[in-house]
Amino acid sequence: MKALGLDRPIWDQYIIFLTNALQGDVGRSFVFNTPAIDLILLRLPATLELAITALILANVLGIPLGLYAGLKPESVAGRSVMAGSILGFSLPGFWVKVSLIMLFAVELDWLPAGGRGETATFLGITSSLFTVDGLRHIILPATGLSLFTMALVIRLTSAGVRETLPMDFIKFARAKGLRESRVISVHVLKNILIPIVTVVGLEFGGLVAFTVITESIFSWPGMGKLLIDSINFLDRPVIVAYIVLVATMFIGINLVVDLVYAVLDPRVRLSDAGGAGT
Amino acid sequence: MTIVSSLTPEQRAVAEREVYVETPLRRFASDFSDSRIALLGLAMFLAFISLAVFAPLLAPQNPYDLSTLDLLDSRLQPGQSLSTGQIAWLGTDGLGRDMLSAIMYGLRISLSVGVMSALIALVIGASVGLVAGYAGGWLDAVIMRIVDIQLSFPAVLIGLVLIAVLGTGTEKIIIALVAVQWSYYARTIRSTAIVERQKEYIEAARCLALGRGVVLFRHLLPNCMPSLIVVVTVQVAHSIALEASLSFLGVGLPVTEPSLGRLISNGFEYMMSGSYWISFFPGVALLLLILSLNLVGDQVRDVLNPRLQR
Repeated sequence: MKALGLDRPIWDQYIIFLTNALQGDVGRSFVFNTPAIDLILLRLPATLELAITALILANVLGIPLGLYAGLKPESVAGRSVMAGSILGFSLPGFWVKVSLIMLFAVELDWLPAGGRGETATFLGITSSLFTVDGLRHIILPATGLSLFTMALVIRLTSAGVRETLPMDFIKFARAKGLRESRVISVHVLKNILIPIVTVVGLEFGGLVAFTVITESIFSWPGMGKLLIDSINFLDRPVIVAYIVLVATMFIGINLVVDLVYAVLDPRVRLSDAGGAGT
Repeated sequence: MTIVSSLTPEQRAVAEREVYVETPLRRFASDFSDSRIALLGLAMFLAFISLAVFAPLLAPQNPYDLSTLDLLDSRLQPGQSLSTGQIAWLGTDGLGRDMLSAIMYGLRISLSVGVMSALIALVIGASVGLVAGYAGGWLDAVIMRIVDIQLSFPAVLIGLVLIAVLGTGTEKIIIALVAVQWSYYARTIRSTAIVERQKEYIEAARCLALGRGVVLFRHLLPNCMPSLIVVVTVQVAHSIALEASLSFLGVGLPVTEPSLGRLISNGFEYMMSGSYWISFFPGVALLLLILSLNLVGDQVRDVLNPRLQR
């Protein structure tokens, strides 16, 4: 009790916590008796690896599918893409992941159901993305995690494409005799990028949060699983450390998204400059 | 006109008595039923509610009455019969509990927690948002900044953090769900209230020197209702899904109150050994429940959206 400072009045504990937190120390884990932040940082790479893979998957698959659905909204394939994206929204995420395990790991026995697999170190980063076994392990969790974001990207892209296509500059680009592929990749895509970047940026935070569920299901040794274990063990310093870290991450992500805005859209820069001038 | 004039006076009187009066509710009902798929969603949702309400009468067995359970019946496949001769249409779990009954009782818990937390959040969020929108100024700014901060974090994360702080238990889950959801209502009703308070009927009500509370809740609130109703349908689905996720993680409702999320997580342990049905069917029930609410919510939004008004 005394070593952990739990015998002191609550405000005293709070002031001590604040002082230490400002110096980067959010307390020691009750269970492991190591600094809580170290525990979290140890697990951070696994979580980031999962979240980033899911984000890449969501965009690599989501943007082309959304483009297709936006260009051919009446076709059977376009309609089924949109219907699929509605499912991606309304299905409870954890059930989809359980079903993925059921289908691919238990019934078909194609992919492993849990764990991170072998890891390898490349350029100073230890990750399971660099081994075949690790890649096999990440496919299911990353797919499960990316489905919601993918549905979002699909809907945004297709809505953007359908809004942009009737515009004059697209007609002009076609009238100039540009190839269709160039019209789409340069003239359409560039203009629908802003909402996609916003959502993708903000969703990255969401992905990190949702890894809590994904990691529990696939027993992925990341910080989300650590959080659930800590809640069950009442390991308060670790919970606090997690919250502090994730909150900081969110603020950082929001800032980066705002900055990327200005790079992508000259209008944002102009209106800011105009606002400052007046 | 020719048909009407060819009627006898008696017939015309009957026809006139049955003239269709278009009340807002009737118009809403007829607009809503334009969409077959929304009607299907509504029917499904009502079916789920009656399954939940009448579970003790409809369920083949009481899944909590341990004397009716037989361990020899454990992990029966769907369609096999129990030792009592009943057929377990959806199989049994590891303790010989009929899954169909367990799902019906689980629905009761999921639905009541979901609906209750959505309604409490509605009352709190709507009041706060209404006051913020009507008062404006610094009060509005403070409330809306809090809402913005909360909305920038994912709901699951806030729920988890609150559970970590409060501990687990039914009432704590409801508190967490309310705390997650009130901001959606507050933001929605505030944006409507800001538009509505400029209108003449509010000015008129103020000129009559009515109390602030009367103006707020008798004049402003009823005119903000359409947008709120849309949020309610979506949020009930959202809160059921969120509760299921938390229960699935083992930090939701206590073990003594197995909601659908808990049933799925219980079955998850057996899934690796091939007993898919223990986890699969509660999942299907949860999915259909959420889907039906979303279908209803989509159509309600289309019907009540002033921008799409016909």
